[in-house]
Amino acid sequence: MSNEEFLAKLQVVFRQVLSDNSIVLTENTTAKDVAGWDSLSHVMLVVEIETAFKKRFKAREIQNWQRVGDMITSLQNG
Amino acid sequence: MPIEFNQLIAQAAQLGHPAGLKPVKLALLGDSTTQFLHRAIVAQGVLSGIAFEVLEADFGQIERQVFDPSSDLYAFEPEMVVVAYTAKKLLPKFYAKSPDAQRCFAADKLAELQDLVAILTEGTKAKVLLWNIEELDDKVFGHFGNKISLSFPNQVRRLNVGLMDLAERHGNVFIIDIASLHNRVGRAAAYSPHIYVSTDLVHSLNFTAMIATAITDVVCAIVGKFKKCVILDLDNTTWGGIIGDDGIENIEVGNLGLGKVFVELQRWVKALKDRGIIVAVCSKNTESVAKEPFEKHPDMVLRLDDIAVFVANWENKADNIRHIQEILNIGFDSMVFLDDNPVERQIVRENLPEVTVPELPEDPAEYLEFLYGENLFETASYSNTDADRTRQYQEEADRHLLSKRFTNVGEFLRSLDMKAFVRPFSDFDVPRVAQLSQRSNQFNLRTVRYTEEDIRRIAADPNYVTFAFNLADKFGDNGLIAVAILEKRSHDELFIDTWFMSCRVLKRGMEAFTLHTLVAAARAHGYAQLVGEYIPTAKNAMVAEHYSGLGFQEQDGFWYLALGDFQSSPFFIETITE
Repeated sequence: MSNEEFLAKLQVVFRQVLSDNSIVLTENTTAKDVAGWDSLSHVMLVVEIETAFKKRFKAREIQNWQRVGDMITSLQNG
Repeated sequence: MPIEFNQLIAQAAQLGHPAGLKPVKLALLGDSTTQFLHRAIVAQGVLSGIAFEVLEADFGQIERQVFDPSSDLYAFEPEMVVVAYTAKKLLPKFYAKSPDAQRCFAADKLAELQDLVAILTEGTKAKVLLWNIEELDDKVFGHFGNKISLSFPNQVRRLNVGLMDLAERHGNVFIIDIASLHNRVGRAAAYSPHIYVSTDLVHSLNFTAMIATAITDVVCAIVGKFKKCVILDLDNTTWGGIIGDDGIENIEVGNLGLGKVFVELQRWVKALKDRGIIVAVCSKNTESVAKEPFEKHPDMVLRLDDIAVFVANWENKADNIRHIQEILNIGFDSMVFLDDNPVERQIVRENLPEVTVPELPEDPAEYLEFLYGENLFETASYSNTDADRTRQYQEEADRHLLSKRFTNVGEFLRSLDMKAFVRPFSDFDVPRVAQLSQRSNQFNLRTVRYTEEDIRRIAADPNYVTFAFNLADKFGDNGLIAVAILEKRSHDELFIDTWFMSCRVLKRGMEAFTLHTLVAAARAHGYAQLVGEYIPTAKNAMVAEHYSGLGFQEQDGFWYLALGDFQSSPFFIETITE
């Protein structure tokens, strides 16, 4: 899967979890850039991304994410 | 499968803020973060008809909130307090103790919890919803831990047994059975360590949703929203095969084919019936054919006398369920309909949206496990009269038959030989009165719900005059059917705090009889008038005109009856005072 494809699929998850269809993600998007992306919804996002991509993240990966691009890197690693 | 966290939030968001939800103030006290639980409870409440107002204490503050009389908790005046201890957080405390203290870990924690419960129930009127402890087995001793009280899982199980005893002793304490939820999905699904490490969220998000559902189930039962009746389809639900085609020899029940599945389901339904759930049948069949297995099949567990209402015909099932509802006189929202046929289920759902219609699995072998998971029959009380309920409804059906033969109502009522036993609440009445106060929705003037603790307190308080009405007639004993509580609010105001009646005895002259009794008591206590109040709910429209019908005069939302010239309406009930 290409980065663009990851990004597109992530964007669907973000829009659904945060109930906001105007969300547009880039690899450089951070929590500050998206209304409603707080520590609470972050956990919901993690769980929903894991379900959508059938993958379980490692605790360290989750802790180190700074931007959407880091999520994609985690998804690409296995 | 239980509902997932994100689904739960999304479904509730779709409903928005529906009208008519019952408001409930609930405080969440946890030893770990409760933010997610808070969201899930509010969402589940919306789906279950409850508008939760939640006070969320900072986590790890259970003791401070309870023991500090100036805490947010008491200022909030909660109706429910959830107290959530988890094994995950208890484990480090356990490890920090000396071996001797580890052996007493459960006993010490129970003593602490007893204090906590005592203070809580003294300081608030709230019900305490106490989590039991998930069985986290650290495997320090392996299976040997069962042989030695020094192991953590050993202490957790002792603690859970102790919590059951604690709840049995305190009417206001209810257990949220977290351990049972853990057993259902397994620890791998209940925890998510990779999220816990950075959030302190002990349980996985989806397990948190399950806990929210469990808490809401218990809250619903406490506030009077619970199931009273299960309605069974017959072919391929109660037995395998089609009785009209296959005949009594070939239906699957007992040793034939999948028969074991249906025997086990019937045993479960019978156990529900013995607990007080009314069992009814609604089947597309010729009545005599449908009844034959109940009468003659040796392997049937359910028999005709287990069934309160038996409807077998070729009409549509929604109409038949309406008919069952009329006879039983209970709300549609207290009924569960089990049917293997998705089309029938859909018809009932569309026509009677309040009836609960579980989406039974396709394979009958999966029915029972599925139904266990649904927890359809949560209750907040039990008394042994529950077990007699089916017999009472069958007697009621007989009375219906008899009333058709009389043209004059008075003549009919006289023929019933009704005898009312009237007494102040006794120890015997306490659980029954509390339970009827939880159950009765329609004929209930103020719909104040009382626990056993409340009733005991009221019975002992000289400011209250209490009446338990038991009614017997020539068909049998109806048991406790009405309750009234008078409160001496001042020297000239005797207030009808509570007046409710079982709908089984409607149109029997019980209203006039009860008022006659209340008036006599008011006069005996030297009062010149009675004051009543009607508080409308979604279900008690039946008594909107109650006080005006009995001759009370309305003023500023209250109803007044001057006793001086009061003349009772006629009734045909003989009083037996004890």
